[in-house]
Parts: sequence; structure tokens; C-alpha cells
Amino acid sequence: MIQLIVLLPLLAAAIAGLGNKALGKLPAKIVTTGALFASCAMSWPIFISFLTGHAEATVAPLFTWIESGSFDAQWALRVDTMTAVMLVVITSVSSLVHLYSWGYMEEEPDQPRFFAYLSLFTFAMLMLVTANNLLQMFFGWEGVGLASYLLIGFWFRKPSANAAAIKAFVVNRVGDLGFMMGIFGTYLVFNTISIPEILEAAPSMAGSTIGFLGHRFDTMTVLCLLLFVGAMGKSAQLGLHTWLPDAMEGPTPVSALIHAATMVTAGVFMVCRLSPMFETSPTALGFVTFIGAATCLFAATVGTVQNDIKRVIAYSTCSQLGYMFFAAGVGAYGAAMFHLFTHAFFKALLFLGAGSVIHAMHHEQDMRYYGGLRKEIPITFWTMTLGTLAITGVGLPLIGYGFAGFYSKDGILEAAFASGGSGVGAYYVGVFAALLTSFYSWRLVFLTFFGKPRWAASEHIQHALHDAHGHGHDDHATHGHGSEHDNAPAQEDAGHEPHGHEADAHALPAGTGGYHPHESPWVMLVPLVVLSLGAVFAGFLFHDQFIGPEGGIEFWKGSLAFDSHLMHAAHEVPTWVKFGPFTVMLTGLLIAWLSYIKNTDWPRRFVSQFGALYQFLLNKWYFDELYNVLFVKPAFAIGRFFWKFGDIGFIDRFGPNGLAALVVQGGKVTRRLQSGYLYTYALVMLIGLAAAATWAMTR
Amino acid sequence: MDGFPILSLMMAVPMAGAIACLFAGANAARWIALGATLIDLALGILLWVSFDQSSGGAQWQFQEYYPIFGRFAWALGIDGIALMLIALTVFLMPICIGASWQAIEKRVGEYMAAFLFMEVLMIGVFAAQDLYLFYVMFEAGLIPMYLIIGIWGGADRIYASYKFFLYTLLGSVLMLIAMMWMVHEAGTTDIPTLMAYNFDPHVQTWLFLAFFASFAVKMPMWPVHTWLPDAHVQAPTAGSVILAGVLLKMGGYGFIRFSLPMFPEASSQLAWLIWGLSMVAVVYTSLVALVQSDMKKLIAYSSVAHMAIVTVGLFAFNQAGIEGAMMVMLGHGLVSGALFLCVGVIYDRLHTREISRYGGLAINMPKYAVLFLLFTMASVGLPGTSNFVGEFLSLMGIYQASSWVALVCTTGIILGAAYMLYLYRRIAYGEQKNADAAAMPDLSMREVWLLAPIAAAVLWMGVYPESFLAPMRPDIRALEARLAPAAPAGDSKIKMGAPRPAGDAHHEEVSAHGEAH
Repeated sequence: MIQLIVLLPLLAAAIAGLGNKALGKLPAKIVTTGALFASCAMSWPIFISFLTGHAEATVAPLFTWIESGSFDAQWALRVDTMTAVMLVVITSVSSLVHLYSWGYMEEEPDQPRFFAYLSLFTFAMLMLVTANNLLQMFFGWEGVGLASYLLIGFWFRKPSANAAAIKAFVVNRVGDLGFMMGIFGTYLVFNTISIPEILEAAPSMAGSTIGFLGHRFDTMTVLCLLLFVGAMGKSAQLGLHTWLPDAMEGPTPVSALIHAATMVTAGVFMVCRLSPMFETSPTALGFVTFIGAATCLFAATVGTVQNDIKRVIAYSTCSQLGYMFFAAGVGAYGAAMFHLFTHAFFKALLFLGAGSVIHAMHHEQDMRYYGGLRKEIPITFWTMTLGTLAITGVGLPLIGYGFAGFYSKDGILEAAFASGGSGVGAYYVGVFAALLTSFYSWRLVFLTFFGKPRWAASEHIQHALHDAHGHGHDDHATHGHGSEHDNAPAQEDAGHEPHGHEADAHALPAGTGGYHPHESPWVMLVPLVVLSLGAVFAGFLFHDQFIGPEGGIEFWKGSLAFDSHLMHAAHEVPTWVKFGPFTVMLTGLLIAWLSYIKNTDWPRRFVSQFGALYQFLLNKWYFDELYNVLFVKPAFAIGRFFWKFGDIGFIDRFGPNGLAALVVQGGKVTRRLQSGYLYTYALVMLIGLAAAATWAMTR
Repeated sequence: MDGFPILSLMMAVPMAGAIACLFAGANAARWIALGATLIDLALGILLWVSFDQSSGGAQWQFQEYYPIFGRFAWALGIDGIALMLIALTVFLMPICIGASWQAIEKRVGEYMAAFLFMEVLMIGVFAAQDLYLFYVMFEAGLIPMYLIIGIWGGADRIYASYKFFLYTLLGSVLMLIAMMWMVHEAGTTDIPTLMAYNFDPHVQTWLFLAFFASFAVKMPMWPVHTWLPDAHVQAPTAGSVILAGVLLKMGGYGFIRFSLPMFPEASSQLAWLIWGLSMVAVVYTSLVALVQSDMKKLIAYSSVAHMAIVTVGLFAFNQAGIEGAMMVMLGHGLVSGALFLCVGVIYDRLHTREISRYGGLAINMPKYAVLFLLFTMASVGLPGTSNFVGEFLSLMGIYQASSWVALVCTTGIILGAAYMLYLYRRIAYGEQKNADAAAMPDLSMREVWLLAPIAAAVLWMGVYPESFLAPMRPDIRALEARLAPAAPAGDSKIKMGAPRPAGDAHHEEVSAHGEAH
């Protein structure tokens, strides 16, 4: 069963990818989408059996991977509660995204490749979550990285997409450096990389020290921090987050699947999977809390000023991942996984909804050119609103109903407060970030769906109006596959660099320009509707199993370090703590409503008042500029220096060339060498041999 | 297989082929060469299948011994390590012949003869059990390579061969002197006997340095690597494939066969030197690779960085490190060979190695783009491909010895990704800037048949490396045992703490929670 779940997507990817043009679009789509729905259909029963407590953790061995001395890495598929949760998240979102892409990618000539990549990604992600040892996890980890690279760069003609793809891969590799060092260290300490064996032995290592880079440190702290660096890369945490916003260059379904629902949560999954290990190092947990809270705040601040609809959601994802990490940092792993679970549904929904808007607006992504879309694309509007209600955590404390984010986010905040110490700090940061979340989420909805249409000024809309159906503007594709195809998608998802001019959308000329947005086809709307069900009910239905003090123990069955005491304490925090998130959620909504509906000149006044702050946020705290100056440019400069002055200017000059100059004068060099080098060499060798032979015989 | 001289036969077949090629016409020479290398491939498979890889099996198998004069003998025999390298050689040779099928137009017979002769010598290097026989093979192997670069190479081939010559000469003279001293001291030229002979530790250092001079150049290690980019750039495609695929592995083989087992104390004492040079090499050559505008130079520099992973793995003095080093050698042999073939494919069409002359090839050459991507990812060390297994084991091995070295060398995975993906982007992605590049046809059937077997091997080695690790395991275990007394103590050994200090209350509480569940 689990073998089929994991391997079907691989098989489908191979068929679609290798078949490609020969196979044709439709068969490729049917094979991949069919495989994913089959995997999904097989995953839910597994999840339900864990939900009802009827299932036990199992490991299905496949075959040996790497064996070397006592090092032993097997291919095996582990299924326990954590895996079951991830299985339904991955296969559900992935199958819906496959379906959605039928509509979204319809004009794309290169569909088999796209669907093959999607399925390949799903396979790698499934390998990651079913790993029974760190190395297979790393295999999945890198596999999803590859798929992410390929999909971000799917429209490979675009320089910005290529740059974003390389950036994603290389920045992730920085994290992988930590992950690999962590695996090396873990093997050194535990003499195994099997996850269950490590987790069992971890508590006995507390208090030991290990040598690292010439100093001695607490063993578990070193290992956990190294592994966490890997998690930071994959989950785009502060410092290694720069690739995620750029990854929006990929087609929107990719953003929904990879850069919101699944791959970026791999870091959270890893920390939770290894939670008994992290529990042995308070220092490491403190660091996780700090990074999580910092990312949560940082990304939320940046998200408030972005104009590109996908970038807003990207920063929102980054921020929500921060929530998950600080939940893990304070020991509320159940809450972290719960937020991962609910977030997957409502964030995928928001992304796919954004895709639907972009589709309707002829690939315009700048929210400043939206407005008034609520009547034109009502289903997209309503489903996105449900997603927004879910992410902002709408619900009534103490009453017992709320949208998905209400249970998971509030669960995290309460657990953080209850854990005391640095957790209280994280609580305040988290509440403030929740205010910002509410603000930017509603800002997105108001700018997009409310107000008057501001479409006329958009180049994309102009474009659409001028060549009726987009068939005339095929400026490339004169070679290779036919020019009859519409390459319009290749121009979309471009992401608008911050233009520097002010944020006020309402300053732009109003008007539809005669453009009529159309609601998306049903293949795109069905996933939206299904995901909204998740956004509405996922929290309500599952909160007792995921974070309930008693339910959690039975549900997780030790697959993560579930802290029942902490969850009890979280339920008994003071009432004002519970109402905190609720209050700020309303406040954020109110500010957004005031600024973008009631008084539409407020944003402009804010910008003129706080220009420096606005620029700082708009430019994402200048991380990209900083890294460019610190790493990228020096790498090229140093490389050139080593080459020109090291290899050519020093080694060659004083090495072979210098020797040549010494041995032979000037211009005779070439001639002499040309005629003689080979024979000289052969002669020297022969003389040597003769000498050796003589010596050997006469001795 | 008892008593059947299969190793001699594997050398005799290409030798006969080489002689026949010299007297044959162009087309006949091609077919003779292909036939001879394919027969050798079949023999190689037979060799592998009949090799006893059980841990109880003899270490040296298929031994042959015919005295020639004095102590000098035609002594052949292989262990698992040599077996793998011979397998790599016979696997790559038919591909090299196929790659030269159309690209070589002048003096075809002599070209094919040179290649076949090189195969004889390469098998000889890995199979030799006599010290002098090894030396002859080891040094003579360069002669056909010189000819290939010097006659069929690019415009600047003379300078390239000259550099190669200069570097190698110094090393080989020193090695020969050391060999003569060793034979004098130990009274035998038999390599297995010498591998168990304990030389005086003081002398070991000198002997080690003499061998090091030769092997470091072959590897090549920083700073004696500058011949490699030039040689690669000037060599014809097949020459680059065999140079990167097999000739570089002779240095690593030398370390594993001579330096480590014969001079364990000196190896341990001088490990810092190897580590230092390797650390420099990983960072330095990776950064240099990043700024190259010539495809072949870029891949050549990346080879130097990968070979540095081999040397740190070997000098980790443990099983994981040495097995990893061997896997990197095999994986790199396949992958860099394949990358040079990929370069050759487009060089044959456009006759330039300038990266900027290409671009957007994924549009007009989709099959090529897929295979090139696979080898790029393998070079980057993506799990599931051959290079990952080796790099991972090597780096894990060196971590046991020194976390510093491991950290610096592991940065190679970041830099490697940077330069390879940057290369791939400039060649395969982007718009088609150049009309002539955009008009290039996709892979021909012949080219697919050259690259597809390598692709299959790369994936096989990545997913089920056990096939390759198993034959070497007993030999590497024996080597580890030989090295164990001298191996340097690791810097990162764990020290168990006293029972937890009483003041660490939070700690207590956390683990109490852990137990409660």
C-alpha cells in the first residue's frame, strides 16, 4: 500500500517525462493526475486509521542503499502518525494542484514536462516523510529541492525565473551543508542514522560533550543546531529565507504545492520528527524559538507592503512557518504539526485563488491594478475569503467554533505563553505578527475584490485587449515547437520588482478599460472549493487529536515528543491571553478596512510620513542587497583573482613557464619542445627503467 | 577461471587491435577499435561476475606470474579496488571510440591505435603486481595521451602537453628513485608483499613524499593542478573523457595501493598536508570554476575540486572515508566523462567552447538538455546519483578525523551547485541568442547511445551502490586494519559527561516530560 502511494507518482513522472512530446499532453495529464488521486485515495484511510487509533507504526523495508562499516542506510518506508498526517497533506494538495493545473496551464505547450515535474516532486516529498533514517530524509530533501529548482525555472526562457531557480537551489544548499554536517555528527555520536534508534539513545547523551571545530560543546546542542540549519534553509527561515519570495517566478500551482503547502514545511516536519532529540538541548530549542519568532515578525512586516499578490502570500507563508518553528521551540510539537496541517489547506487555497485571479486578469499580478473583482469572479472571491478567514484565525474563543487557523494559530500562541520563559516573548511577537497577518490578508482581499476596477492601467490587460486572444504576440518560439502555441503563461508570474513609487493603489486611474475578467474553468474551481472545506473544517474536526492534552497522546503515539502538561497548561492560560489573538485579528481587519475601503488615501499619507520605514519594508529589509555584497560579488571576484593571479600569475608563472624560461632561452622554447618533448620524456623513462633493472640484477 | 590468464587476455585484445588499426583504413580502424573495446567490455563483465567478493575470498585473484629477468616479472592480479577501476576503464573505452567516430578525421588508424594502446596500459596499471611493471604502465600511459593531445588536439596543444610533461617528469623521477630504494630494502618487487612490509618510519616520510610528488600531479592536487585545465581544453572529446575518467584515477589508485598501505606512519604524519591542500583545492578551484567562460575549463576545474574530496576521504583513515573516495573516483569517472561528452556534442556542432555562444538549447535540443541536466545534477552530488554516495561517505569519513576539514570540504556542495547550475543555465536555459546555436539538431542516435549507458550507470550507482561497494569491502577493511595503528585521533570524539549537574533543572524537567510519554 505505502509502496504504491510513494512509487505511483514516480512512475507517473517517468512516463510523462520520458514520453513527453511523443506521449502527448492529455495522456501525460491523465497518467500523472490519476496516479496522484490514487495515492490520495490510499492515503486517507491510513490517516483515518491513525485518527481512530487503530493503526500502529510500521516500516516497510525496500532494499539496501549505502552500507559502509557500521554505517547502514536502508531504503525503507516508515508509516506512523506523523507520516500519516503528511501523507494526506501531500497527496491531497498535490492531486488538487494537478487537477487545477489542467486549467491553469492549458495554454502551455510544454505540459507533459510540467506534470512530470509535479509528480516527481510529490514522489520526493513522500520519500522525505516516509524516511526511517536521516539519509533517506536527505534524499527526499534534495529531491524536492531538485523539483523546486526545475519548477521555479519551468519557464526557462525567462532570465528572472532562471536566477530564482538557481538562488533557491544554492541557498538551500547552504542549509544542506548544516544538515549534512548534522548527519555526520549524529553518526559519530550514535553510530547509526536510523531515526528511531537515535531518538531512543538521545536522552542518554545529554550532558556529554563533543569536539567541533577545535572546541568542545554540548553534544546534543551541536547536533540539533546543525540539523536545524538544514531546516532553516528548506523552510525559508530568517537568514536563509531570501529564495522563497523569488521562487514565485514559478507557475502559481507550483507555489501552492511546493512553496506553501508541502516542501517548505519539511523543516518543521524534520524538527518535529526529531523532537525527542531537540528536547535534550534547551539551547537548541531556544534558538529554534528565537529564529521562528524573528521570521514570523520579519516576514509579516514585509508582507504588509508588497504589491505583487503572490509575494504577499509568499511572505505570509514565511511568517506562518515562523509560527510553526516557535511552536516547536517551546515544545508544542503537536501544535506545530497542527498548524502545518491546517496551513497546508488554507495557504494552498489562497495561492490557487490568487492563481485564479491572475488567470482572470490575464497574468497581471500587481494588486494595484486589481479592484472590484468580487462580482466578476464570485467563486474565487468567496473561496479566497474563506481562506483569509482561516489564516487570520477567525473564531470565537471559549465558544468552540472557528476556522482552521483559529485552532492551530491560537493553539501555538497559548502554548507559547504557557511554556513560560522565552515562550512568553514569542507569544507577544506572535500576537503582533497576527495583527500584521490580519492586516495584510485583508489588504489583499480589499485591494483585489473591493473598490473600483483599476484594470485599465495594467500592461497585461492592455495586451489582452489589443490582441484579442493573445495569439499574435508570440515573439519567440520561432524555432522548435510550433509557433501556433500561445506562450502567454511564460510572461506571467513575473513578479514585479518594487518600483519605488508609492503604494497607493487608488492613485491609479480607475476603470475597466473595457476588459471582462472571466471566472476560471471548473477544473480550477473544484480544488478551490475542496480546499475551502479544509480551511473551514480542518481545525474544528481535528484539534482534539492534534493538540488535545489527552487526545494528542493517543493520536501521536510517541511519533513526536508530545507534551501533555504543556497542552493542559495552554488550555488554562488567562482569558486575556486567549482573547489577545482574537482582538488583534479584529484590529487588523479594521485597519485594513479603514485604509483600503474607507479612507483610500491613508496608505499614501503613511508612505509620505514614514518614507524610510516604507522603503525598508518594501526592499525586504535589504537582505538581497546585503547578501549580494557579502557573498555573491566576492565569490566571483575572489574566483577571478585566484584564477588570474593564483593559477596564471603565480603557479604557472613560477612553475612550468618559469622553468621553461630557465631551461631554454626565449623563442627557441616552442620549437624545441615541439620536436623533442615526447622523446625526451620517453628517453628519461627508459633510462630510469634501465637503471632500475640493472640495479635489480646486479645487486 | 582457474589458471586462465584473463587479465593478460584483456590486455592482449586491445594490443592486437592497436596493431591492426595501424595498418587499416579509416573506417576499418573504427570498427576494429570498437570491436576490440567491446570484447574487452565483455571480458570485464566476465571478470566482475567471476570475481569472488565474499569476505572469505582471497584478496588477490586472477594472479599471473611470468618472470622476465631479474626480479622484474609479468605479475598481474587484482583485488576489488582494481576490479572496479578496470570495470570503469573497459566501460568508458567503447564510449570513447564511439565519441571519436566522426569527430576524428585525420590519421584515424593511428588515433584508434593510440586509444587501444592506452587501454592496454590502463588495465596494466590497475592489474600490475610488480612494482616496476606498475611503473612502466603508469608512466607509459601518458605517451598515447600526449600523442592524442599533441596530434589531434586543439590550437594550443603544444603548450598543454608541455605543461603536462613538466609536471609529470619531476614526480615520476622521484617515484622511481623511491621504488628502487624500496626494492633494495625489502628485497622484492611484489606489490602485495610490499604492502605488508614495515618500512622504517623515518624513511617512510621520504618515500611517501617521493610517491606523493607523482600521485599529487596525477590527481591533480592543488597547486600542481594547472596542467589539467589546459590538457582538457586542448584534448579531443574522447581524450578528455579518458583523461578525466580514468587517468586522474591513477593518482587516487596510487595513494590507495602504495602510499597508504606501504607508508602508514608517514601518511598519518603528513595527513595535515593532504588535508590542507585538499581544503584549499575545494574552495579555490570551485571559485575559479565559477568564473570560467570556457566549458571544458570549467569542468576541468570542477574535477580538481572533486578529486580533493577523494584525497580527504582516503586520508580519513577509516572505512567510510576510503570507500567514499573510491566511490567518488568511480562516480566522477562516469560523470565528468559524460560531461565532457556533453561538451563534445555541442562542440562538434558549433566548434566553440565559449559558454556565451550557446543558450536556450533546451528549446532545440530537449533530449540533450535532459541528459545534460542529469549529469549536472550528478556532478552537484544530488542523492540518487553516483557522486552523492561517494561524497557523502568521504566527508562523513573525514568528519571522524577532523570536523574542520569536513566543514570546509562540505562547502564544496554549495559552490559545486553554484558553478554547475550557472553553467547549465547559460547553456541550456534562457532565450536562443545565437541563431547558429539555435539551429543545432538534437542528439543523434549514436550520441544517445553514448550517453544513455552512462546515465543508467550513474543512477544505478546512486540508488544501489552496494553492487560497487561489495567487491571492494574486504580490501578496504584490510586497508583500514593496516592503517588503524597509525590513524590520527579524531578531534570530535564524544566525551560522556558526568551525570547531569543538579542545577540544570530545566533539563531534568524536559527529560521527565519525555519519559512521561
